Order: sequence, then C-alpha cells, then structure tokens
Amino acid sequence: MTLKLPIYMDNHATTPVDPRVVEAMLPYFTEIFGNAASRSHSFGWTAEKAVELARDQVGALIGASGKEIVWTSGATESDNLAIKGAAEFHKDRGNHIITAQTEHKAVLDTCKRLEKEGFDVTYLPVEHDGRVNPATVRAAMTDKTILVSIMLANNEIGTVNPIEEIGAVVKERGAIFHVDAVQGVGKIPFDVNAARVDLASLSAHKMYGPKGIGALYVRRKPRVRITAQIDGGGHERGMRSGTLNVPSIVGFGKAAELSRTEMASEAKRLFALRERLREGIQSRVTDTYINGSMEHRLPGNLNISFAYVEGEGMLMGLKDVAVSSGSACTSASLEPSYVLRAVGVEEEMAHTSIRFGLGRFNTEEEVDYVIDLVVGKVNKLREISPLYEMAQQGIDLKSIQWAAH
Amino acid sequence: MAYSDKVIEHYENPRNVGSFDKDDPNVGTGLVGAPACGDVMKLQLKINDQGIIEDAKFKTFGCGSAIASSSLATEWVKGMSIDQAMGIKNTQIVEELNLPPVKIHCSVLAEDAIKGAIADYKAKRQNAAAQVAAPSAPQKAAGGATQKATT
Repeated sequence: MTLKLPIYMDNHATTPVDPRVVEAMLPYFTEIFGNAASRSHSFGWTAEKAVELARDQVGALIGASGKEIVWTSGATESDNLAIKGAAEFHKDRGNHIITAQTEHKAVLDTCKRLEKEGFDVTYLPVEHDGRVNPATVRAAMTDKTILVSIMLANNEIGTVNPIEEIGAVVKERGAIFHVDAVQGVGKIPFDVNAARVDLASLSAHKMYGPKGIGALYVRRKPRVRITAQIDGGGHERGMRSGTLNVPSIVGFGKAAELSRTEMASEAKRLFALRERLREGIQSRVTDTYINGSMEHRLPGNLNISFAYVEGEGMLMGLKDVAVSSGSACTSASLEPSYVLRAVGVEEEMAHTSIRFGLGRFNTEEEVDYVIDLVVGKVNKLREISPLYEMAQQGIDLKSIQWAAH
Repeated sequence: MAYSDKVIEHYENPRNVGSFDKDDPNVGTGLVGAPACGDVMKLQLKINDQGIIEDAKFKTFGCGSAIASSSLATEWVKGMSIDQAMGIKNTQIVEELNLPPVKIHCSVLAEDAIKGAIADYKAKRQNAAAQVAAPSAPQKAAGGATQKATT
C-alpha cells in the first residue's frame, strides 16, 4: 500500500468528517430542508424530528438526556454562553469565578472579559503533570464563588483532569460546575452525573463531525439557570436563539453515536499507535521529554520536546506531516505556549515541543513513516544546532549569559 | 506560514554549516540570541592578515527563516573585507529572502552575528598586539568573547 502525503496528525485542531456522518447529513441539505421551528407543515416536523434524534444521540454520549442539549455554533460559543450566562444570572449570589491557567482561550478570554465587568477570577496553577489538583480548587473556593470552569482534557498536552473529584469539591460549596469537554468527549468516558457537571461544552468537529456546530449541556435536575447571550426567537428553551443548522446537527448526532459505540475499540487502537510513535522516536533520539502526564492522557496525544531543536524549524522539516508546535514562532505573539509554561516547562524547552494528535484515520504505516522522518530531521537539525554542539562539549547552557531580545 | 522559495532552499541545503576552532587567532566568533527566545546563531569568520574574510561557518537553533538568514550571511561575507562585512544590513537579508514582518528579527540576528564575530576577531588582534608591545602582560583567554552572547 502506498502512503498518501501529506499525513494528517493534528486531530486536536480538527478532525476530518467521517464518511458515515456525511452520508447522514446529505438529505438534510436538499430533500429535508425544513426549518425545525416551523410548526405548521411536515417540512418543519421532519426537520424537528431529526434534530431531536441528534439531541438524544449527543446526550447519550455524556450520560445526559437530549432535553439538556442546547445547540450552538461551536465550543467557543458554548464556553461563552456557559460562563457569561452563569455569571450574569447568578451575580447576586457572588462575583467569584475559578478556572485554571491551562484552559482554552475561549474560557480564559471570557473570564478576562468578566474581570473587566467586576468579577473576581482565580486562575489556578496546575501540577507539573499538567493536571488540576482538586485540593487547590477546594482551597480557592469562597462564599462568593458562583462558578468553577475546568476542562476535561487539555488541547495541547492531552492531559485528563480528575474531573469527578473536582466536581465533588465544587458541589461541597454549591457552585456551578462548567466543564469544557471538547477534547475529551468521544475519546474517553465522560458522564455528567458521575462528575456532577452543570454545564458542559461540546464540539462536533473534534469528533469527526462538521465544523460550525457545537452544544452546551445544561443540567435540568436540579435546573441550572443561565442568561441567554443571543436574543431572538427564543429557540433552545430561550437559551440560544437562531434557526437551527439542521444538517450539521444531524451530523453531530451521527458523530456522537459513532464515538459512543466505537470509543472503547478506537481508544485502544489509538493508544497502541501513540505508544508505537513514542517508543519509535524515543528509542532512536536522545534528550526528548514528554510534556504532561503519560498516565492521565488522551490516547491519541503525544506532546514531546526535542532538546536543542527549535519547534518551527522542525515543523518546516516535517512538511509532509501536519502537526503543531508550542514554539513561539508559530504564533504572532512570539511567546511560547502558555500551557507548557503553566506546566513548568522552561521557555527553551517549550520552544522545542511538537504536538502529535492521532485520530481515527491514522494508520501504522503512517506512524512508521513519521518516526523515520522525525528521527532524520532531529538528527539533521542537531547537526546545525549550536546548542547541541555546546551540550556535546559539556558546556552548561544555563551558565551562559544569553542576551534577551 | 508560507515560506519563500529562497528560505526553503537554504533550509534544505544550508551553506557553510560547521565550526572553526574558536581559539584560532584568525577566527572571530559571534554568538547571538537566546534559547528562551527560540533562536540562537553562532557565526564564525576566518579572517586573514590582510583583513579579508576567507571562510565562514554557522550553526543555528531556530526557525527556517533564522537558519536561512545565517546561511545567507555566511555566503555573502566570504571574500569580503571586514569593512564590507560590517556594512551588511539586515534589510538586505529581508529583501533577498522575502522575509515577512514577523521574521525580521531573524535578519537582525544574522547582522548582529556578523558584527559580533568581527568584534571578537578585533578584540583578539588587540590582545595579541598588546602582548607584542608588553610581552610580560598576563595573557587574556583567547576567544573569551565567544561565551558571551551579544545582541
């Protein structure tokens, strides 16, 4: 079998739509095109029926009822709706919000906006393995804490938080618990009741569904109240107005059903591929470091630093492989990954990190090809790296007075 | 980010990769940048007694644009006099490699590396001359400047 290039190994960024999902969606563009809110004819009824089935499919994936699913445009909107909506509705009870330094920007920047509006936000540090310690959540909670927002799994280093323990801590004080579950759902088991979650953000395109469709789980028993952020026709129980994107909702439902039924076998397969990749690289390259917990980690994630080789320079050499780097140079800010910094990875090592995200359609052949390519490029770039040369000469790089610029 | 063909060409086939003996009195070493900033360049010049750059070598930790900038710099300085090499401007590198604004600092580093190497060479020559004038003076460690990154 011949390998098709380029190889996609950036499944934390997005995933291809599963052909079975595309097939399920197609009729809803043409034949069944009705507005799900139309109550006066069969076009509307048929569309509504499809939307309600998708609600149940997405709910089933997280142990929820379909009635608790609110459709949104994606995870960023879900995070905004959950955090701003809960803060606004419950501001009379308190003004304190807790989140973690390694959260996605959709959570962090939403919290920053709320700070400007008078809320106090605690950005919890994480352990060196990248996980939030439930004890730090407990210690940060006060009588004014109305909301705690902690992610299920991290998008850069793939570490999985002890979400059930954190949920129990949050409920000791009766605060609302929001979980950005985007990276974990469909990859690892997640149950909103076991974790005592009130609000959970989900995205279709991270689980082989289409882009531009997401959901917010909003608990019904006991009922969790949030203030709508988009006003209009009062769709989605008044929490999110706007005509429903029926084809994408159908696709999300199908993607959720596939993830639910295939999660166990897929996780096993991805774990084996990830370990093949990790062992293949680490057995042939010295001075590599895994960022984040290996034990509590998404099966398809590998975030690895190659000492003395700058990440963007590395990506350029891996042009036939789609991966990403925590290097500053890949962002306009020139700052290395804030997630790696929060985990305690030093800046020079953050610059050398590469994130591999394995997914449903990656094969062993691809992994073997990538191992060979990575090993070759690291060796080549170390040959031209002054840092590698100095390290080989026994010079301690920390003893040098580098000029910051 | 899309790289220009010239950056890709230098990245794929970097010119003059390697090192000279930093203690050689005819070698000047420039070491600029910092690992924490994501780029470090080491550029070395071999300069004859007539002040002509006979050879140049580099090693770079950094992105493709940083590697290309230093590779290009070594190509350009070969055969130049010290004064000509001192006249190389980062803007010339930007132009030659079509560097986007976010990569201009790579060209600045390359210019600084050339200047740093020449400064190191000149410091060595001055020390040597001082020793000829006053042979009893204590000898300063040759290549001491190589351990200091200058920007």
